[in-house]
Amino acid sequence: MPDLETFRSETRAWLQANAPASLVGVPASELEGVWGGRKWKFSSPDLKTWLDVMADKGWTAPDWPSEYGGGGLSTEECKVLRQEMAALKLPPPLIGFGLSMIGPMLVRYGTEAQKQEHLPKICRGEIRWCQGYSEPGAGSDLASLQTRAERDGEEFLINGQKIWTSYADESDWIFALVRTDTEVKKQEGITFILIDMDDPGVSVRPILLISGKSPFCETFFDDVRVPVSNVISEINNGWTVAKALLGHERSMIAGAFGGGAPSDKKSGSRLAEMARHYLGEEGERIADPVARDKVAGLEMATKAFGLTVQRSRDAAKAGHQPGPESSLFKIFATELNQQRHELMVQLMGPQGLGWEGPGFEEDEMDLTREWLRSRGNTIEGGTSEVQLNIIAKHVLGLPD
Amino acid sequence: MELVLSEDQELIAKTARDFVAERAPLSRTRELRDAGEEGAGFSDSLWKEMAEMGWVGISLPESVGGGGMGYAEMVLVMEALGRTLAPEPFLAAVLSGEALSLGGDAAQQEKWLTPLAAGESLVSLAFEEAGARWNRQHVATRAEASGEGFRIRGEKIGVLDGHAAEAFVVSARTSGDVQDAGGIDLFVVPADAPGVSRQRQIRVDSRGSALVSFDVEVPGEARIGGGGTGGELLDRVLDRATVALCGEMLGGMQQALEMTLDYMKEREQFGVRIGSFQALKHRAARLFIDVELARSTVMAAARAVDEGVGEAAALVSLAKAQCSEAYVHVADEAVQIYGGVGMTDEYDIGFFMKRARAAELTFGDGTWHRDRWARCSGY
Repeated sequence: MPDLETFRSETRAWLQANAPASLVGVPASELEGVWGGRKWKFSSPDLKTWLDVMADKGWTAPDWPSEYGGGGLSTEECKVLRQEMAALKLPPPLIGFGLSMIGPMLVRYGTEAQKQEHLPKICRGEIRWCQGYSEPGAGSDLASLQTRAERDGEEFLINGQKIWTSYADESDWIFALVRTDTEVKKQEGITFILIDMDDPGVSVRPILLISGKSPFCETFFDDVRVPVSNVISEINNGWTVAKALLGHERSMIAGAFGGGAPSDKKSGSRLAEMARHYLGEEGERIADPVARDKVAGLEMATKAFGLTVQRSRDAAKAGHQPGPESSLFKIFATELNQQRHELMVQLMGPQGLGWEGPGFEEDEMDLTREWLRSRGNTIEGGTSEVQLNIIAKHVLGLPD
Repeated sequence: MELVLSEDQELIAKTARDFVAERAPLSRTRELRDAGEEGAGFSDSLWKEMAEMGWVGISLPESVGGGGMGYAEMVLVMEALGRTLAPEPFLAAVLSGEALSLGGDAAQQEKWLTPLAAGESLVSLAFEEAGARWNRQHVATRAEASGEGFRIRGEKIGVLDGHAAEAFVVSARTSGDVQDAGGIDLFVVPADAPGVSRQRQIRVDSRGSALVSFDVEVPGEARIGGGGTGGELLDRVLDRATVALCGEMLGGMQQALEMTLDYMKEREQFGVRIGSFQALKHRAARLFIDVELARSTVMAAARAVDEGVGEAAALVSLAKAQCSEAYVHVADEAVQIYGGVGMTDEYDIGFFMKRARAAELTFGDGTWHRDRWARCSGY
């Protein structure tokens, strides 16, 4: 395709000309991701420059329509852009739930006015979004949520509490599920609505996790007035939007834990390196055969998972319907991440016990906290038990 | 490498599955088992038919009457056979066939490989020895120069379908000590040569195998390859046979899972179908995950062997470890979910438990392959 090759060379030239030199060739892990929003403080001016030039080009959301601030690129062109950015080791100019979650829902379900209002601000990193789904009484049974939205003319009066709202304390807007009808089946009385966090009556309290830090908050709504025009899709049709977004979220979580691009070589060397460091080596090998078996077992499971993700993608590329294999991604990816962190703490032995202070390396204490944090992976985004129910019912056809 | 079946491969899989369901159902496997030592353990006529369909030599070159395809196709046939635990001697044919195909000269191939691919004459690979476990270099059998040829002396165990073989490819040491990497060669020895004796073994999974002892004179042209490179050849042969076995295991675990799901949808206790119990649902869903991961690893290992990529050995070990643990897990859980009837010989599910265990312990178990993966990965 000559057009695509032209696009590639133009893209490369543009990136080389416009990307700040300080950001070229730096591994993503060493750079802080830019989440944007009114409260965002850029850690370097170059990160702001990078966001601005990319947003001007529409390339913070390259596949969104250009009239709303996106790049209007085709799937193939997006791939080329990703490849060229990867070749220069450039970080994404902007990340967050606006781009990854509410944006795609607005593109799909939003009214023209909603798209015009919100999408350009997401693309420019001006507004940061968070998600208000779970409630203290509605975890796995999400549809039992109780946050009330009562109609008052052209407004809703919203009262209730959300929990596990990641980064609510740093966000500007929240997309939330609220109850608009209590007389019908619980899924049919839910509405998907957008709320400005600056509105009177919205308050936020961070939650401290067992790992000692956390992005999570509780978010309270106390007589918050929200225009009816902020409803996404129809009133009482929020469950449909929520399910679409949840499916999206699960695949994102799976991607974040190794489903994306399996780089087993690199992470494999990390576990093996740790085993050699803490348990000694014999020749090139991990001295302790039990630890060696565990390291190999985990790396092999990681590879098997990566191959399964690849199989799913290859089948999609070949034009097949998504197979049943994709239903296992969330469960397996999160459990794998837990096992990996658990093994790392075990390999550290007594050095895995640090919380703060002397006697422990920073890396060691970070890993211990990451292990604790990883225990939440099989709970958030739909517990493993809920996922197993889904497989049992929808894939295996087992009776209720 | 693309982990998706082509249209041709879909067709091979469907043809194999239909043929096996009709001509080689599980009930036939049971009849062959019931015939015991009085039978051959498999059907000679069906074996010939399968060869005519191109299955036996599917991955062998067309020049010897093979299908000129690869292990991506071979595992599809093996998967179909694994579903009904068909005991036809495919593994023996892969082992000896690959030894002759990869290492044999034109005369050896014409004499042994072409009839093998045609299903006319079975050759078994005699490589395992007592105490070797799965150490591929453990060869105590010796081949000493004698006149124009060699005198081979030693004992082999677990020779797959050796009871029915017309010849053996036997590993023997031309130099070095029992566990040395080098100094191993392979030889073709007719089963009726003076000094070859065999005893049929009776296995838990009722598959055929034999103890074979050699004290035999063979001519120089019996040697495959030469120069003590048989160890490397054996390694390549065993990796291919392992992939074929993984294909069979995949079919077996898939079938056992499906049978168990059917049972869960029928069997009632406490007035409801037992498949409605969450304690069983979650376990079934876990088995599904195991099988799906196994499928990905088998597809990858087969393609890696076909493409000759550097990481093929590691991927073969990945597939065998995953299949070993998954098949045993599925079979164990299947019997538990069936309950009491799962323990009876009358129900078929127990056949899968036996075959799962036997397959696990063939060509290296999970632990052995994890160790091999670790070696391949430099730790």
